[in-house]
Amino acid sequence: MLEIRNLHVKLEEEDKQILKGVDLTIEPGTVHAIMGPNGSGKSTLSYVLSGRDGYEVTEGSASLEEQDLLSMEPEERAAAGLFLAFQYPVEIPGVGNMTFLRTAVNAQRVARGQDEMSAADFLKLVREKAKDLKIDADMLKRPVNVGFSGGEKKRNEILQMAMLEPKMCILDETDSGLDVDAMKLVSDGVNALRDAGRSFLVITHYQRLLDHIRPDIVHIMANGRIIRTGGPDLALEVETNGYGDLLAEVG
Amino acid sequence: MALPAAKQGALEGRLATLSLPEAGAWGTEARRDALGRLEAMGLPGRRDEYWRFTDPGLLNAAEPAAAAAFENDEAPLFSAVDRLKLVFVDGVFAPEKSDDIALEGLEIERLSESMSRDIHWVREVYGVLEAGAHSPVPRPHAALNTAFASDGICIRATGRVSKPVSLVYLHEDAGSDAILHHVIRVEPGAEMTLLENGPAAARFNKCLEVDVADTGRFNHVRAQGRDHERVAVTHVFAQLGAESTFKSFTMTVNGVMTRNEAVIDLTGPDATAHIAGACLGDGAKAAFHHDDTVFVRHRAENCESRQVFKKVLRNGATGVFQGKILVDQGAQKTDGYQISQSLLLDGDSQFLAKPELEIYADDVKCSHGSTSGAIDETGLFYLRSRGIPEGEATDLMVIAFLAEAIDEIEDRVLAEDVIERLKGWLARRRRS
Repeated sequence: MLEIRNLHVKLEEEDKQILKGVDLTIEPGTVHAIMGPNGSGKSTLSYVLSGRDGYEVTEGSASLEEQDLLSMEPEERAAAGLFLAFQYPVEIPGVGNMTFLRTAVNAQRVARGQDEMSAADFLKLVREKAKDLKIDADMLKRPVNVGFSGGEKKRNEILQMAMLEPKMCILDETDSGLDVDAMKLVSDGVNALRDAGRSFLVITHYQRLLDHIRPDIVHIMANGRIIRTGGPDLALEVETNGYGDLLAEVG
Repeated sequence: MALPAAKQGALEGRLATLSLPEAGAWGTEARRDALGRLEAMGLPGRRDEYWRFTDPGLLNAAEPAAAAAFENDEAPLFSAVDRLKLVFVDGVFAPEKSDDIALEGLEIERLSESMSRDIHWVREVYGVLEAGAHSPVPRPHAALNTAFASDGICIRATGRVSKPVSLVYLHEDAGSDAILHHVIRVEPGAEMTLLENGPAAARFNKCLEVDVADTGRFNHVRAQGRDHERVAVTHVFAQLGAESTFKSFTMTVNGVMTRNEAVIDLTGPDATAHIAGACLGDGAKAAFHHDDTVFVRHRAENCESRQVFKKVLRNGATGVFQGKILVDQGAQKTDGYQISQSLLLDGDSQFLAKPELEIYADDVKCSHGSTSGAIDETGLFYLRSRGIPEGEATDLMVIAFLAEAIDEIEDRVLAEDVIERLKGWLARRRRS
């Protein structure tokens, strides 16, 4: 599904290397987690994969189902099946959430050569998905993320994911700012989307999210590299001992 | 005092092609008085305060520059709205294209009829609000309008009017030069909505005088035509009584030169005045220059005023905002707000702003802000990361930017009509 080879990335504006050779292979239908201390490059990885400006790839490659991600525009990556759930979902005053969702769904359909979804079909689908995430009609009507609580913003991200049905979902610290109930709701939303054709990359600081979204593989990232890969137990090890020991191990 | 020679010459040039229309009874006097005001102040020049950012040349010229009518197959704005439609073609009322001039709660007639009768309410308003609005700066094109207006509509609202009065300005003749003057009085407790749309002429000079009595409510939504080469100078003069409400919104898309002036006088306590503008300027096909010059005067206690002006500019387009709030000594508890913002989509466009506050009362709340900026890259990326192509995402951000101004339209149906229209125009532009 996702294939990252020796990825080196620096900030465009300053001479600062953030990723220093990331290798990662994600098979279809699997859930990978990336954990790591602050500043290890986790969020940068998610931004570079989704095509945000401000980063320069100096070496290496990244592909989604054998398509070169790095040469594509952000919207092309989305249409190819990549989705990033933002750590800080962006408020867009003046654009209704429903308009935004419908524009996005139809833009992706058009890009894939499909017909646009009719207003009625779209409404039916969005209501159904929103209900599962306990998103009420008012949240759908309001401008995108404006005045949403932290939990509402994250639920709204998952709603977008559910509507767009991507193949490769990256969740960037989706647990940040969530209380226990909200975390459960968001995790249920994610788990409902798990299937054999869809993969997840869950970026998080804490093991507790991984109690809800059970990963198949856990990676530890530090200083721009993946320093350790293991099973779900690796996350528990971090929870108990912190990152100190692992960092010491790799020097 | 005699005018400087250059100004005298410009004025004589402009007046050479005009003659005072026949206007029986009091009308002739009102027109002569206005001509007198014009002759005393002369036409505006670049050195005049409030004309530094806008060249009045196209407005002052004896003849209008030719402007082709904008060809399109869209249904015009407000088509789907239940309304009383009154159509003007190149500045001349066209009864055959209009609905019957009658609507419950309204007295409505053409300016020429109102002027022909000696005793008429219009006499108390026509040219009166304009005459009182030449301080702190003269507005010569408004005086010229009062003197030479060739047509117009006078409306007196006496109750709650069931549907809007919609003035539709068609432009057919590429060389037309139209001067229209409308007069409105909203009586106590009455409420009406006025819609205006269309380019009207190659060059259009329009005055709207609105007298809102105590507890009256007046709503105004207008869209200026999309003809690229059209030139327009418009004035809105409003006088607001106690507990009255005045809300005016203008959308401007295209136009080589547009100057929209508004002078709003809050004369009675607890009155509310909101004036807003959304402008979409693109200098690619023809030059684009758009100027909003607004003066709000608080004379009474406890009034609220809002000015919300948003401009999206690209390809060398120029936007100007000159807005002033004046609070008189006795106008305590005034709540004044003014915001003017531009979204510059490239480095060639410019926004010139001159926000002013002048406050003589000591217990007021007044704020003003003016910003100019590029598109929010984070928002744009968020939209694109969901699969929305850059052009479409930019359009969404543009609509979002204009939203605060469009939100000033109280009627949601009208607001939606404006938004849908903007979306359509943006999409069409992207495809062409």
